[in-house]
Amino acid sequence: MSDKKEILLGPIFDNNPIALQILGICSALAVTSNLNTTLTMCIALTAVTAFSNLFISAIRNQIPSSIRIIVQMTIIASLVIVVDQILKAFAYSTSKQLSVFVGLIITNCIVMGRAEAFAMKNPPSVSFIDGIGNGLGYSAILLGLGVVRELFGAGKLFGIEVFQLINEGGWYNPNGLLLLPPSAFFLIGLFIWAIRAWKPKQVEEKEYRLAPHSRTSEAF
Amino acid sequence: MSNKESVSKTITVAAAVCLVCSIIVSTAAVVLKPKQQVNKALDKKQNILAAAGLSDPNKSVDELFEQIEIRIVDIASGDYVDVEDPGGYDQRKAAKDPEMGVILDGDIDIAGIKRQAKRATVYLAKNEAGELDSIILPVHGYGLWSTLYGFLALEVDGNTIKGLGFYDHAETPGLGGEVDNPKWKAQWPGKKLFDAEGNPAITLYKGTVDSATPNAEVKFDTLSGATITSRGVENLMRYWAGDHGFGPYLQNIHKQFAKEGV
Repeated sequence: MSDKKEILLGPIFDNNPIALQILGICSALAVTSNLNTTLTMCIALTAVTAFSNLFISAIRNQIPSSIRIIVQMTIIASLVIVVDQILKAFAYSTSKQLSVFVGLIITNCIVMGRAEAFAMKNPPSVSFIDGIGNGLGYSAILLGLGVVRELFGAGKLFGIEVFQLINEGGWYNPNGLLLLPPSAFFLIGLFIWAIRAWKPKQVEEKEYRLAPHSRTSEAF
Repeated sequence: MSNKESVSKTITVAAAVCLVCSIIVSTAAVVLKPKQQVNKALDKKQNILAAAGLSDPNKSVDELFEQIEIRIVDIASGDYVDVEDPGGYDQRKAAKDPEMGVILDGDIDIAGIKRQAKRATVYLAKNEAGELDSIILPVHGYGLWSTLYGFLALEVDGNTIKGLGFYDHAETPGLGGEVDNPKWKAQWPGKKLFDAEGNPAITLYKGTVDSATPNAEVKFDTLSGATITSRGVENLMRYWAGDHGFGPYLQNIHKQFAKEGV
């Protein structure tokens, strides 16, 4: 039982797909400028990862290794199209804002990564939980980014005004950089720093060693 | 049992996966299609109503939309064309159709739209008494990154602007994206589309436009930090008011208004 709990909750901080594995950065930059799209994206990605893990794991013993990647892609792509269609039918305005990014879940490294690394080797129920866990890990970082970017970039949370902007006669001068994708890069960096300061085990070993200092006199 | 890696097994698995996936995808697409189309139509109606300034929290979008008559206009002559189901006409699709659209030459294509439909949809909003209240024209043109699609609402004289709103664009958030800012949009009501000679005259102006500005009625305040988007707005307003846009149609409106005004 504790094993399943570890699989479900581990990816949130201990083995976070964005912060430790550095996967799925692209969509983390693109959809986090406001919380509505962020939340929709998180739910969509969690659902896709969980179900792709489930289905791939269910047929893992049948998949010939020579075509395993394309079989995984086919299953993932089908799930993404279904999610996209559902969003268009039930959350039209959000799906309009997310535009191509729902479709791009297909190429999200987390989905492929979990399918290849976990679902191909584990039974369906555990794989499903692993998918949800990694979705939650992705969501944790994205929601963090979304809160910071929307609050300080637009003075709002979920589109509801928190800080009144100078433009509308208030006091808060929004930081326009936060609404642009590069700001998410800096924020993800800060998140990774914070997580690694809290859990030093995640700090990677240096791949290089500094040479001892040489003195000017030794150069001659 | 045959080997998992054999050729026949590979082909069988590939075929089975494809079959199952395609059934799932096509089922989802077919089942959800009606709901998606309703959403799309509703979204467009909401934008038209917003441009006309029609809103009533007690009425649904469809109820409000009953006040709006949809007509199709022939761009070149400016006359109404009677067609069945004018609401079903898709101007964007028609622009791409070789039969129903025309290619615009570089020198007349100031809005940067490249192709244009020969027929356009116009929306005539009626008041409670059934009299014409405003004319809503779909307009679009290129900004900095994207084509801006919007609706321009005019008073019955076909000259005074009632409102302008864009419903689809991808300009920079915070800069060009401020075309959605209600404060910026609030400057449009009361502006004139044409100057005294009847030429399209909307012009961008750097700085606040007030009554002391010469020709204030045709000038609009540029969005700060978004000169190219603002120029795009100027160009698209001039294009759609001009001879290749709704010019002929609006001239008909002017004549009719002058006659009735007497």
